[in-house]
Amino acid sequence: MARKITTRRKTLNTLFAWGIGLLIFFPILWTILTSFKTEAQAIADPPVFLFFDWTLENYAIVQERSDYMRFLWNSVILAGGSTVIGIAIGVPAAWSMAFVPSKRTKDILMWMLSTKMLPAVGVLYPIYLLFIKLGLLDTRLGLTIVLMLINLPIIIWMLYTYFKEIPGEILEAARMDGAGLKEEILYILTPMAIPGIASTLLLNIILAWNEAFWTLNLTAAKAAPLTAFIASYSSPEGLFYAKLSAASTMAIAPILILGWFSQKQLVRGLTFGAVK
Amino acid sequence: MATQHSRSAARIMMAPAVILLLGWMLVPLTMTLYFSFKKYLPLRGGDLGWVGFDNYVRFVSSSAFWPSIQTTLIIVGGVLLITVVLGVLLSMLLDQPMWGQGVVRILVIAPFFVMPTVSALVWKNMFMDPVNGLLAYLWKFFGAQPVEWLSDASIFSIVLIVSWQWLPFATLILLTAIQSLDSEQLEAAEMDGAPPLSRFGHIVLPHLSRAITIVVLIQTIFLLAIFAEIFVTTQGSFGTKTLTYLIFQRVLESQNVGLGSAGGVYAIILANIVAIFLMRIVGKNLDA
Amino acid sequence: MGQITLNQITKSFGEVQVIPPLDLQIEDGEFVVFVGPSGCGKSTLLRLIAGLEDVTTGEILIDGNEATRVPPAKRGLAMVFQSYALYPHMSVRKNIAFPLRMAGIDKETQKAKVEAAAKVLNLTDYLERKPGQLSGGQRQRVAIGRAIVREPAAFLFDEPLSNLDAALRVNMRLEISELHNSLETTMIYVTHDQVEAMTMADKIVVLRAGVIEQVGTPLELYHTPRNTFVAGFIGSPKMNFLTGAFAEEYGTDTIGIRPEHLDVSQSEGKWSGVVSVSEHLGSDTFLHVDVNGLPDPVTVRATGEFGVRHGDTVHLTPDTSKIHRFDKQGLRIA
Repeated sequence: MARKITTRRKTLNTLFAWGIGLLIFFPILWTILTSFKTEAQAIADPPVFLFFDWTLENYAIVQERSDYMRFLWNSVILAGGSTVIGIAIGVPAAWSMAFVPSKRTKDILMWMLSTKMLPAVGVLYPIYLLFIKLGLLDTRLGLTIVLMLINLPIIIWMLYTYFKEIPGEILEAARMDGAGLKEEILYILTPMAIPGIASTLLLNIILAWNEAFWTLNLTAAKAAPLTAFIASYSSPEGLFYAKLSAASTMAIAPILILGWFSQKQLVRGLTFGAVK
Repeated sequence: MATQHSRSAARIMMAPAVILLLGWMLVPLTMTLYFSFKKYLPLRGGDLGWVGFDNYVRFVSSSAFWPSIQTTLIIVGGVLLITVVLGVLLSMLLDQPMWGQGVVRILVIAPFFVMPTVSALVWKNMFMDPVNGLLAYLWKFFGAQPVEWLSDASIFSIVLIVSWQWLPFATLILLTAIQSLDSEQLEAAEMDGAPPLSRFGHIVLPHLSRAITIVVLIQTIFLLAIFAEIFVTTQGSFGTKTLTYLIFQRVLESQNVGLGSAGGVYAIILANIVAIFLMRIVGKNLDA
Repeated sequence: MGQITLNQITKSFGEVQVIPPLDLQIEDGEFVVFVGPSGCGKSTLLRLIAGLEDVTTGEILIDGNEATRVPPAKRGLAMVFQSYALYPHMSVRKNIAFPLRMAGIDKETQKAKVEAAAKVLNLTDYLERKPGQLSGGQRQRVAIGRAIVREPAAFLFDEPLSNLDAALRVNMRLEISELHNSLETTMIYVTHDQVEAMTMADKIVVLRAGVIEQVGTPLELYHTPRNTFVAGFIGSPKMNFLTGAFAEEYGTDTIGIRPEHLDVSQSEGKWSGVVSVSEHLGSDTFLHVDVNGLPDPVTVRATGEFGVRHGDTVHLTPDTSKIHRFDKQGLRIA
C-alpha cells in the first residue's frame, strides 16, 4: 500500500520534476512565445521572455505570404484520409485474427510488423519511380496511400491488442443468443471496440501528421503538407524567427492537443502492445 | 471457439490487409534488388546494363561509406544512451508523489508530438544559431565564445535534437513499466534491509529490463531512419551524413539509382538484424 | 422439449483427442451435472452441446433431431458463462432483451418478458444499470435472466458460481435449484465442485480425461462408486483408502471407508493411531489420525464435542457394511 510521504519530500519532488519538465518543454514554449513577438524582439539581446508587445501579425503574414491554409488542409487530408482508410482495412483484419485465430495468425502478425521495419530509404527509388509512372507524384491520393500503408501494421497491431481484451465468452454469448456474424459485429463488437478504435485513430493521425520522409520526398508544391511547408523555411532570409515560430506553432498545435489526449495509447501503439 | 463457418469469413476479412502489405513489401523490394544489379543513371543514359555485384562493391568502397556508418552508429548510440539513462531517471522521478504530476507528464512528453521538421528548424535557428540563437546568448552571458553548433559540433547537435525528440518516448514507456512494479516487492526488499541503491539495482532495474530492451530496439529502428532532422539542419555536411542520408543523396540527388539501391539493400539488412531481436520479444508477448 | 442425445461423439484439437468416443443420454427436465477435476473435458463437452465447438466425429440429437452441424443460435439452448459474459455497454434491460431482439420479437412482448424475468430474479430495481455497476451475484442473475427469457429447450451452465464468494455461492445454488423446480426445463451444469454436484443434480456425470467414469444419481455415486476415482471425488471429506494388511483382511488390494463411517473412541477399537490435526467445525470434528502402517493419515468424522488434541491416541472401528472394496485396477468389487 502507498505509504505516507512527508510534505518536505513531496515538495522537493515537485520542484525538481517541474524544473525538469519545464526545461524539456522550454523549446516549445519559447517557440510559442516568439511567435507573438515582432522580428526585432525575437532576436533582441538580451532575449525578452514575457515582457514584450504581444502581436498576432506573424500569423497573418505567414498565412498571407505562403498560403498556410493549403498546407494545413493537405496535412488534414493526408493524416485523416490515410488513417480512416487504414482503420477500414485494419478493423476486419484485426477482428479475424483476434477472434478466429489459426495456427498462422501469429506468423501473419509478425510478418505485418516486419513490413513496418523496412527502412523507407531502401525502397525510395522504386516508390518514386512508381509514383512518376502512375502520375501520383505530388498528389494527395498517392501520399495518402503511402502513409496508410506505412501505418497499417501499427493500426492492425493496436486494434488486435484491443480486440484481444474483449473476452471471447461475450461473443460466444451473443452467438448463443441468436446473433449472426453481422449482428455480432454490429451490436456487440463495435460498441465494445469503439474506445480502442478511437485511440488507434488518434495515434495514427499523429504519426501520419508528423511523417517526414515520404512527405518530403514525394511532394513538391501541390500536395505538400505542413512538414514540407516548415522545411521550406530552412534557408533563412533576414529576420524571420517570429514568422518561423508562428508557422511552427500552427503546425504543431493541433497535434500537441491530440497527443495529450492519447498519451496512454501511445505506449501501447508504439510498442506493438508489448508494453501496456 | 471457432467453427468452420467463421474461419472462412475470417480469411476474407484479412485478405485486403494481407494483399496490400504484401504488395507494398514485395514490389518495391524486388525493384530495389533489380536496380542494385544494374548500372542505372536516369539522367545520364538510363539503364546501362547489368553489372553484377559492382554496385555493392562500389557502395562499400566509396570514401563516404565508412564515415556514414560511423556517423550512423554515433548518432544511434548517442541518442540511445542519453534517452535510456535520462529516461530511467526521469520515469523514476515522475513516479514519485508530487503536486501537478499530470501537468509535468504532459510537459515532458510534448516534444514527441512536434513534427521532426519543426523541431529541427527551431533548434537550428532559435537555439543553435551562433549569432541569434538562445544558446549563443547564454554563452555570451557567461563570457564564453558562442559555439558554431551545427558546423563545429555537428554530430553532437544532431544527437541533442534527436534525443530531445525521443526522450519523451523512452520516459513514457519506462514510466508505464515502473508503474506496474508491485510496491510490495520494494517493501519486502526494504524489510529485508536492502538500502535504496541496491533496491534500485536488484529490483527496479531488472523489472525495467524488458521495457528498456523494447525502447532500445524500437528507437534503433526509427533512429536508423532519421532523415528530416539532417535534411533540415546540415543537409549531410559537417560529418553528419548517415547511411540513410547517403543513400538518399545517391538516389535522388546524384540520381545514381543502381548504387543507391545497393546501399538500400545494405540498410534493409541492417534494419532486419535489429528487427529480428525486436520481433522475438514482441512475439513472446503474443503467447502470454 | 429438452432431450439431448450424444452419440459416439469425439473431439480433437489438432493431434490431441480430448474426448474419446462418448455416449450420453439426457432426459427432458433433468438436472444433469458434469463434474470432474479441471482439464477433464467437462467444459469442452458442454461447448460441444452448445455448438460453440464443432464435434470431430459423432452426432448430437436434440429432441431426436440431428443438431450436430446446427449453429449455436439455432439449437434452442441458452448458456450461462463462468464470466457471465454480460454485454458491458448495454443496460441490464438490454442485456436480458438481447436474445429476444435477435429473434425479432416485438418490443411490447420483449418488455413484458424482460420485466417478468427481472421480477423472478429480483432485478427490477436494477434494469437501467450497466453490468459494471452490479455486484457479482446480481451479474449472475442477469446472465440467468438472459437465458430464461429465451425459454430454451435446455439451460447450459459453465461453472457459473466459481466467481462468487462462499456465502453467495450457497444462495445462488439454492436459487438455481428452485429455478429448475419451477421451470422444469433440462439443465446441464458444469462444475468441479462435488458439493454443487451432489446438492443440485438429478444425475451426475463424473468425467476424467474426457472419459465418463460413472453416471448416476448423487446417492448412487455416494453409495456405490464404480472405481476409486469416483469414490475419491464424491463425498467430503474424501474417502480414506487403505492398502496392505488392512485391505488383505477383506480379501482385496484396496479398501475405501468414508470418514463418516468410522467409529472413533478414546478407549478401544480395531485400529489405533495418534491425532495429528483436529479441526473443530462446531457441528463436527474432523480428525486426521496417523495410523501405524499407513502412509497417509486417516480422516475421521467425530461429533462436535469430541475433545481430543494433537498427540492424543484414538481408536478407530470401521462400519463393516460401509466398506468399499476395490481391485488392483481400482474397480469396485461387488
